[in-house]
Amino acid sequence: MSSTILRRLNWGLIAGIVAAGLSVSPIAGAAQELRIGFIAPLTGPFSQVGKDMVNGFQMYLDEVGGDFAGAKVKFIVEDEEAKPPVAVRKAEKLIRQDKVQLFAGGLLASTGYALAPVSTRLKTVYVVSTPAADDLTQRDASKYPYIVRTGWTSSQPSHPFGEWACQQGYKRIVAIGADFAFGHEVVGGFQKAYEGCGGRIIQKIWPPLGTIDFGPYIPTIKKDADAIFTLMAGPMSLQFPKQLASAGIRLPVLGGGTSYDEFVLPSMGDEVIGHISALQYSAALDTPKNAAFVKKYREKYGKVPSYYSEGNYTAAQMIHEVMKKTKGKWPGTEQFVKLLSSVQLETPRGPVRIDEMKNPVHNVYIRIVRKKREHGYDKDELWNSVVRTYPDVGQFWKYPKEEFLKQPVYSRDYPPCKYCE
Amino acid sequence: MDSRRKLVIVIAAMLAVLVATPYSGSYVIVLVTHALIFAILAMSLDILLGYTGLPSLGQAAYLGVGAYLTAILASRFQFGLDWTFWLVVVLGILIGAATAALFGLFAVHAGGVYFLMITLALGMCVWGLAYRWNSLTGGDNGIVLPPRPAFGIDLADDVTFFYLVFGFFAVSLVMMAILARSPFGRSLVGIRENEPRMRILGYNTWLHKYVAFIIAGGFGGLAGVLWAHAHGLVSPEDVVLATSVDALLMVVLGGPGTLVGGAIGAGIVVFLREYLSTLVPWWQYVLGGVYVLTILYLPGGLMSIPERIRGSRALSRRARETRNMQTSPP
Repeated sequence: MSSTILRRLNWGLIAGIVAAGLSVSPIAGAAQELRIGFIAPLTGPFSQVGKDMVNGFQMYLDEVGGDFAGAKVKFIVEDEEAKPPVAVRKAEKLIRQDKVQLFAGGLLASTGYALAPVSTRLKTVYVVSTPAADDLTQRDASKYPYIVRTGWTSSQPSHPFGEWACQQGYKRIVAIGADFAFGHEVVGGFQKAYEGCGGRIIQKIWPPLGTIDFGPYIPTIKKDADAIFTLMAGPMSLQFPKQLASAGIRLPVLGGGTSYDEFVLPSMGDEVIGHISALQYSAALDTPKNAAFVKKYREKYGKVPSYYSEGNYTAAQMIHEVMKKTKGKWPGTEQFVKLLSSVQLETPRGPVRIDEMKNPVHNVYIRIVRKKREHGYDKDELWNSVVRTYPDVGQFWKYPKEEFLKQPVYSRDYPPCKYCE
Repeated sequence: MDSRRKLVIVIAAMLAVLVATPYSGSYVIVLVTHALIFAILAMSLDILLGYTGLPSLGQAAYLGVGAYLTAILASRFQFGLDWTFWLVVVLGILIGAATAALFGLFAVHAGGVYFLMITLALGMCVWGLAYRWNSLTGGDNGIVLPPRPAFGIDLADDVTFFYLVFGFFAVSLVMMAILARSPFGRSLVGIRENEPRMRILGYNTWLHKYVAFIIAGGFGGLAGVLWAHAHGLVSPEDVVLATSVDALLMVVLGGPGTLVGGAIGAGIVVFLREYLSTLVPWWQYVLGGVYVLTILYLPGGLMSIPERIRGSRALSRRARETRNMQTSPP
């Protein structure tokens, strides 16, 4: 008696497995539909950044009513948890099951390095809107024919920033950066440019990505340096300046853009006032386009946009630009890459064009954190006030491209620390 | 239920997976492949947890060394991309076993919570190496593998790769099942039930546990080789504690000491995780809830459901009989 029930149960199980397998059949694509997959960390320590990314893209979609020159946009968001293997699985899901024509997003540089091969393997466009991993558009560019970067390379703002640091008269700088590809590349770019004009990096400290207790690292900072260069990411950004201040270190602080980005700036205390960073965007940028962008974003999401918001807003705008040219028809993977690479646009961050290695050329802003009123808001707030603009900065800056590509990618050990004490 | 009927059911279920998968969506094929690989890992852990009573929290370490070996050989030396793939499989099993042999020296002496802690610590060591040894492992970036091996058959095709993984899964299941039914496997169960008694009976219980630990490591290494090729990327994230915990939960969910339970658990966890996480942002709570409810109400895992049904039926029958006895006039 019981065994017949059991048998039925087991057959039920098998039938269930089969049914589950068959029911998930591919979705047939309707004509004039553009399916865009979007990968961002929506849970875990990087979820605030992830929200900014999605909101930026979504805001542009809402502005145009989800319609790219006649193509209805289907925007499918997936959570990557800021983990490269999860991002790969999500990209596979988007491509295989949702049949997206292109996907965008990913946060960390390591995620960028993990997603680019997926785009090659599955022949799908990957719009690199946030990951700044240098080699995607440098030494490895030929391996990834289906990616276009609309964001930036990690070392892009660091190059002019290094020169700027020389001009300020800093002779000796201690670098402290998150120990992952992005950190290595931002610090590396700064070191190359800064030492190229006579400065000296006298110490490099690498706390692991995600460190929130800098107790073991801050006391080792050499006190006789002229300045500190920091590169923080995600929740590290908030903690480091606090702990630096409470350790009583009063050295001038320079930093990579993400250390003071607007995703975290509103939550920061007054200890960051005077800290200087370089990036291709600042919410305080005084252009009509940006003022309108900030106002609208703030109204909609209750906070100031970060570069993550701007970057993905711009990515959406660029995709729209391509679809305008094709009158809403999907031009095919290769043609889309070609068209996207030739886009020139006026964006909240300023004028943007894409270079021949498929990386944007745009302004780099040197920004100082100030407490003031911007864009007509009636409260004193922390803003990244622009003090200097380097126009039309490409990923190789002033260096000849061939020579630059011959050097290895910036890493924990490159450039070597010649002046480390 | 006699064992022959069990066997028939398992074979029927496996055949169903084998036949149905290639006809499903290409994403489902990928997920089934992932689930089968994790099934090998979960079953290897079941040898420890279910049969020997050793709850290991470091099983991801063996997956990690197998995967990193595959990735390093493939990306640096272009080794293992043709028929040499089979050599890499052997090497992967060996390195998993060797790592386990090393770790076992520290871990097997301990029991209970201490075993848990030591395996956790050793697992974290492997993660630390993967994360910090940049020149070898690529650090946080991990290693991107070249396209999958081709030797007459092209594994880059997902269905072909699925068949290969399925083959490895089936062979692993059979080997582990034979192991579990062997005198060696029986003595492992003896150790789980009452170790001092086994020792008094003259068994070298340390050696038994140590060998079981090494065998589990070997299968873990095999899972790693397959995982590297399945994913095309090996990252320190694959070696984190969460992977070990996942493997443990797969076994617990399916039913420890059943082997097949681990496979079922792997399937459920992989599919739930991937589908839930696309549906709702709070998917982790759902998964957590499933785990908690299983442990509270089904300590024997899903595999114990038939037993429980039978048990409760027997119980109600007995209750009915007693009631009948009571109501019948004396």
